[in-house]
Amino acid sequence: MPDQLKIVIVGHVDHGKSTLIGRLFHDTGALPEGKLEQLQKAADRRGAPFEWANLMDALQSERDQNITIDTAQIWFRTPARQYVIIDAPGHKEFLKNMITGAASAEAALLLIDAHEGIQENSRRHGYLLNLLGIRQIAVLVNKMDLENHRENRFRQIEAEFRQWLSSIGVVPKIFIPISARHGDNIAAKSPNMPWWQGPTVLEMLDEFNASESLDGLPLRFPIQDIYRFDHRRILAGRVESGVINVGDRLVFSPASKASTVKTIERWNAPVSDRAVAGESIGITLTEQIFVERGAIAALQTAPPYELTQFKARVFWLGRQPFLPGKKYKLKLATQEAQCQIESVDKVIDASSLEPVPGNCKERGVGRYEVGELTLRTRRPIAFDAAAEIPPTGRFVIVDGFDVSGGGIIADGNYPRRTHDSHHRSDNIYWSRGKVTPGQRETRNGHRGCVLWLTGLSGSGKSTIATELERELFNLGRHVYILDGDNMRHGLCSDLGFSHKDRTENIRRIGEVAKLFADAGVICITAFISPYLADRDLVRSILPADTFIEVYVNAPVSVCEQRDPKGLYAKARSGQIKNFTGVSAPYEPPLRPEIELHTDSSTAAECVASVLDFLACTVPPYRF
Amino acid sequence: MDHLSKLENQSIYILREAQNKFDRLAMLWSIGKDSTVLLWLARKAFFGHVPFPLVHVDTTYKIPSMIEYRDRLCKEWNLKLVVGRNDEVLKSGVTYPGGKATRVECCGTLKKDALKQILDKHRFTGVIVGVRRDEEPTRAKERYFSPRDKNMEWNVDDQPPEFWDQFKTDFAPGAHVRIHPLLHWTELNVWEYIERENIPVIPLYFANGAGERYRSLGCHPCTSPIKSHARTVAEIIAELRLTKTPERSGRAQDKESEDAFEKLRRDGYM
Ligand SMILES: Nc1nc2c(ncn2[C@@H]2O[C@H](COP(=O)(O)OP(=O)(O)O)[C@@H](O)[C@H]2O)c(=O)[nH]1
Repeated sequence: MPDQLKIVIVGHVDHGKSTLIGRLFHDTGALPEGKLEQLQKAADRRGAPFEWANLMDALQSERDQNITIDTAQIWFRTPARQYVIIDAPGHKEFLKNMITGAASAEAALLLIDAHEGIQENSRRHGYLLNLLGIRQIAVLVNKMDLENHRENRFRQIEAEFRQWLSSIGVVPKIFIPISARHGDNIAAKSPNMPWWQGPTVLEMLDEFNASESLDGLPLRFPIQDIYRFDHRRILAGRVESGVINVGDRLVFSPASKASTVKTIERWNAPVSDRAVAGESIGITLTEQIFVERGAIAALQTAPPYELTQFKARVFWLGRQPFLPGKKYKLKLATQEAQCQIESVDKVIDASSLEPVPGNCKERGVGRYEVGELTLRTRRPIAFDAAAEIPPTGRFVIVDGFDVSGGGIIADGNYPRRTHDSHHRSDNIYWSRGKVTPGQRETRNGHRGCVLWLTGLSGSGKSTIATELERELFNLGRHVYILDGDNMRHGLCSDLGFSHKDRTENIRRIGEVAKLFADAGVICITAFISPYLADRDLVRSILPADTFIEVYVNAPVSVCEQRDPKGLYAKARSGQIKNFTGVSAPYEPPLRPEIELHTDSSTAAECVASVLDFLACTVPPYRF
Repeated sequence: MDHLSKLENQSIYILREAQNKFDRLAMLWSIGKDSTVLLWLARKAFFGHVPFPLVHVDTTYKIPSMIEYRDRLCKEWNLKLVVGRNDEVLKSGVTYPGGKATRVECCGTLKKDALKQILDKHRFTGVIVGVRRDEEPTRAKERYFSPRDKNMEWNVDDQPPEFWDQFKTDFAPGAHVRIHPLLHWTELNVWEYIERENIPVIPLYFANGAGERYRSLGCHPCTSPIKSHARTVAEIIAELRLTKTPERSGRAQDKESEDAFEKLRRDGYM
C-alpha cells in the first residue's frame, strides 16, 4: 500500500485555492491526455479565458465521458506517495466546512495573494489550523506574476506573516513564491524567479511527514462502550495515545478505580498482547470494577487531571453566541458532561487577534470568534492540557442539537486530584405549578429508583449498600441509604419483631423509599426483608421499573461463619428468637432484578454488577 | 500502522459510536461489496457479533444470485435481517421495468420510499450506510454522521461541522441520522481490504467466461457489466489501479440527468 498524505488548502477567497488544485492535478499527470487542450479550446470558443479554477467543475460535468473526478476530495500522486486534498473549498467560504476538512488533514497549504497581501481569512485560517492541531503548514505566496516576480514583495509578505504567525505560536515549515495560474514553482522551478533557491510545491509536499505517531505519549484509552459478548465483559475503545499491554495496571478516571489488563481483544486479527495509538480494540480486566463509557484508562504513573474546571480557548461556530449562564453539553473523548462558562477572560477576533468590542461577560463568544475562558462542568471530568496530550486536551460544545464550538484546554496549574466534593449548583429553574418527574430527571441527570437489598443477616447487604452509595455519589448521582437502625429509632419505634410488626416495618420503609424515589433519589435499602409477600407489596406500591430487587445471596453456613455481630451464636443458643435463617424462614426472591453471590465474588465485584445494571439497562435506567 | 489498518480502525470507532448513541440502529445491506465490507467491519467492532438488524431494500429486480448470497450469509453469520419493499408501487406497475416510470423515479419509489417506509415502521433513528466519498461528487460532501430531517431530506449546504471525531449525535425528534463508516475509503481500498481479510464477496464481481463482470451491483434492468477479465480479487485490484473509468459507469440511473442523482440524494436516497 503506497503512503498517503492528507492535505488541506486554505486561504482568503480568490487567493487561488481552486487554481492551485487544478494545477496540481494537471502537473502531476492526473489529467487524461488531450483533456486540457480540449477545455482550453472550449473556453476559446466561448470567448472566455481558460480558468484553472474551473477545471474541476468542468471535469465533473463531463464525468459521463469517463473521467474519475471528485470536487471535494481529489487524489493525485507524486513518485513518492499519494495525496488526498480534503474538502477542497468551493467558491463560497464556509468556515464549518473548512474546519471539518482541515481537522483531519496532516498538513496544510495556506495561500496568500501576492498582490492583495494578507487578508482577514489568511490570518483566521492560520489561527484555526493551529487550534485544530495542524502543525505542518506551508505558506504559498501566489500570483507572483502580478508583482513582476519580485523577490522584494515576497520577502515583505513573508516577514509580515511570519511575525503574525509567531505571535500565535506557529512556525510555518516554509514560504514559497508561486504562480498557480502559470505553474511557477508548482511542479517545476520557475524561470521567472531565478532568485528562488528553495523547493517547488511538489518537492516540499514530499518532505511533509505523515502524521506523527502518538505512541510515545502517556497512555490514554477512553472507554467507548462496554460489551458483554460470549460471557466476557469487554471494555471497547481506541487507544488515543501511548501503548497498552497485557498486565498493565490501569487507573480509570474520573473516580480513580484500578484494575489490570487481562487480555487485549480483537476479532479476526493476529493475537497480540499490545496495542498502540490509533488502534480500536477491546480489553478485559483481571478484577471486575465498575467502569462506564467516558472513563479514561491511563497508567497509574501518569493519570490525566480530574476536575470540574479548566481554562480553554474556544472557537465558536454556532448561530447563537456562546453565553455565560447558559448550559451546554461538553464532549471530550467519549465523556459527556453538562458545562457552562465560569468566566470569560477575553474574546478575540481570530483574524486580528484584537479583543472584540463590548462586555464579553454579557455578550459571550460570537460566531467565528475565539474566547479565552474558564469552563465549569457539572461533574468531574478527566482531561489533559492540549499541548501535552492533544486527543484528551480538546473538546466540542453542543448547543441544543448542534456541535457549535470546539476548544482546546490551556496549560494550567491544575491540581492532580479532586476530592469527593459537592458541586455548588446555581441552577435557576422556574417551574409553573407542579414540578414533574421529567423535570426532576432532567435536572438530576437520572431517575429516582429503589435498590432493595434483601438477604440473610451477614450476607453483606450493609457493606454493599454503603459501597454503592459512595460509588453513586462519586458519579454525581443523588443517592441515600435508608438505615434500619434509624428507622427503628424514629418512624418505627412503636414496632416489635413479630411477623405482623415486621410486615408493618417493611411497609413503612417501602412508603418512605417510594417518597425518596419520587423525589428523584436513588434510594438504597438494606433489610433482611425475609418475606416474599412483603417485598412484593413494596414492589406494587412503586411505579413500574422503579423497584430493583437485589438478592444478596450467601449460604446460611457462610453467613453464620462471618457472624459480624455475633447474632447467629445468640440465635443458636436461644437468646434471640425468630432469627431469620435459624429459627425463622427466609423466602428467597423468585425473579430478582439482580442476584449477587457474596460467597464467591468480592464486594467490589458485587457493587460493579449493580452499577453495570443501572448504567447498561437502556431506558428506563439511563443514568 | 499501515493505511488499510488506519481506515479499519477509524471505521470501527465510528461503528461503536453509532452503536452507543442510537437505541434504534440498523445497517443497510445492499449485498454489494461495500456494505459487505461494512458488515465485516461491524463484526470486527463487536467481536464477531452484529448487534443491530440489517435492512435490505428489495426492489424485486435484484439479480437473483444476490438474494441467495444474502440468505446464505445471514445464516452463516447469524444476522438479523429486515426486508423492505414498496409493494404498493410494485403492484401498480409504475416502475421503470414496468415501462411507466423513468429510472430515477423508479429508484425513488422502490428504493427511497421503501427505505423510508421501513425506517418509519421500525422507528430506526440511526442508519448505517456504506457510501464512500470517492463514489460520485455528491457523496464527497457527506459527513460521517449526517442528519436527515423528518422527510429524510439532506441539507447539503448546511451540514454540521465534524472534527476531532466528535459527531452529531443529538438531533430533533423525528429526524434520523445516516452513519457512514466507509466515507474515507476508496473503491481500491475496499478491494484491498477484501483481499487482506479474505471477505466472501458475491461472484458477480468476477469476470465470467464472456469477459464481463459487475463493478457495481444494482437492479438488473439498470445495471450492466463492464468488460473485464479480472477473475480474482487480486486481478480486480490490478485492474482498478489502472482504470480511469468511474465506478458507477454501469449504473444507468446516474446518467439520466446531471442533477438527477444529487436530487435523489437530497431526498434521502442512499
Ligand atoms: N495572475 C494570477 N491570477 C491567479 C493566479 N492564481 C489564481 N489566479 C486567479 O485568481 C482568481 C481566483 O482564483 P481561485 O482559484 O478561484 O481562488 P479561490 O477562491 O481561492 O479558490 C481566478 O481568476 C484565478 O485565475 C496566479 O498565479 N496569477
